[in-house]
Amino acid sequence: MSHGNMNLTLKVWKQKNKDSKGKFETYDAKGISPDMSFLEMFDVVNEQLISSGKEPIAFDHDCREGICGMCSMYINGRPHGPKQGVTTCQLHMRSFKDGDVIVVEPWRSAAFPVIKDLAVDRSSFDRIMAAGGFVSVNTGNAKDANNILIPKPDADEAFEAAACIGCGACVAACKNASAMLFVSAKVSQLALLPQGKIEARERVLNMVAQMDEEGFGNCTNTGACEAECPKSISLENIARMNREYLVSNALSKK
Amino acid sequence: MSKGFLKSSIGKKFVMGTTGLFLISFLVVHCFINALIFFNDGGLTFNIGAHFMAKNWLIRFGEIVLFAGLIIHMVQALVLTMDNKKSRPIGYEKIDGAANSSWYSRSMGLLGTLLLMFLIIHLAHFWVKSRFTGLPGEDANGHENLYAVMQETFKQLWVVILYCLSMISLSYHLLHGFQSAFQTLGLNHAKYTPLIKKAGVAFSIIVPLIFAAMPLAMHFGMIK
Ligand code: SF4
Ligand code: FES
Repeated sequence: MSHGNMNLTLKVWKQKNKDSKGKFETYDAKGISPDMSFLEMFDVVNEQLISSGKEPIAFDHDCREGICGMCSMYINGRPHGPKQGVTTCQLHMRSFKDGDVIVVEPWRSAAFPVIKDLAVDRSSFDRIMAAGGFVSVNTGNAKDANNILIPKPDADEAFEAAACIGCGACVAACKNASAMLFVSAKVSQLALLPQGKIEARERVLNMVAQMDEEGFGNCTNTGACEAECPKSISLENIARMNREYLVSNALSKK
Repeated sequence: MSKGFLKSSIGKKFVMGTTGLFLISFLVVHCFINALIFFNDGGLTFNIGAHFMAKNWLIRFGEIVLFAGLIIHMVQALVLTMDNKKSRPIGYEKIDGAANSSWYSRSMGLLGTLLLMFLIIHLAHFWVKSRFTGLPGEDANGHENLYAVMQETFKQLWVVILYCLSMISLSYHLLHGFQSAFQTLGLNHAKYTPLIKKAGVAFSIIVPLIFAAMPLAMHFGMIK
């Protein structure tokens, strides 16, 4: 199926490890089908690199269906490339034209150090979750699911916040490398539900403290995160987190 | 309030938002008093307003609070900008900012710096004269004639152009800042947020427009 296939030039960030200085390398991607995903295009390039004895390009991926959040790539100046509401694995090569030069960079954030090439270490997100992104539940038999009644609009809103896949595109897109959208989605998905309300005050204080500790920047409400989020997480979550934080802080005894 | 509040990211934003709203409230007063020139009565009404602002002790005290608010707003902005630089030590090769945000939301620091430069010139034009170096003469009511200083200042074309350009900066700064302050304070509501946003846009256009009309009207002799 060579018909309609494209030849592209890739400018990709190459970096040996966390401590080395990286630089851009240029690669040719020949005979790329418009039906391939962006990651499949990288697979083709990598196969060619391997068969010619060169080192392949390291990048993160797992599910390849837009739910794991691993496929972090900053493509032509935007996280996850030119399409809205998709991850890199869901981005198709038909979004590009034959002859295009595509610049691919890793997420840039002090809190996301590069592991190798395009792969970054997002364990800062895990530490934020560990600081408060949970509810405490007694062990024993599972309770009946409908024991606690939850108004449908609240459940929907919590569900929308819970759609966040922790990909970090919000941080990558933000001119301040702020993690407010991610953290606010995680705060909101619990704060909106009765089970989460019990620990809501402490949660928001602890999660924000950990976020600051990790070295994420300060939000200036540009809205770039919301626009680039593959799960369209709303800025309303950030307002909710600000509100929760201000109130919890004012009432805090510490 | 816990100890670390002012050092936390949300605490710092809170300070930006509240000082910003405070400065916006000042703009309303400033705009209202100055619009008295449009009575076109040779500045008599305006000078009454100016006289009140200059002599009322409450306003004098408010002026100190205003400068404090302004300085906090600027210093906090500087601190935040430096912080944010540290959060992305290595920048991107290619950035398509226009794809996800407005240019003015990304340029608040630049717009703010332009406004600061304007403010220094503006204070030198009027505030320094009315407070320290003295105003020339009195009007028919025996009030200090700040109006005459305005007329004199706005005779120069470059001043008029500078003021108009600065009001464009102000407009864009407000266009982002107004609604941003509400978001920062967590004041978000399905019913009211669209209203706040509309009010913000209206405010950001109308207030700078009224301000810009003053030097224009004086320079081109629409008000005498
Ligand atoms: S908020 Fe959106 S962009 Fe940020 S981590 Fe979650 S899914 Fe990714
Ligand atoms: S690889 Fe899982 S979201 Fe892209």
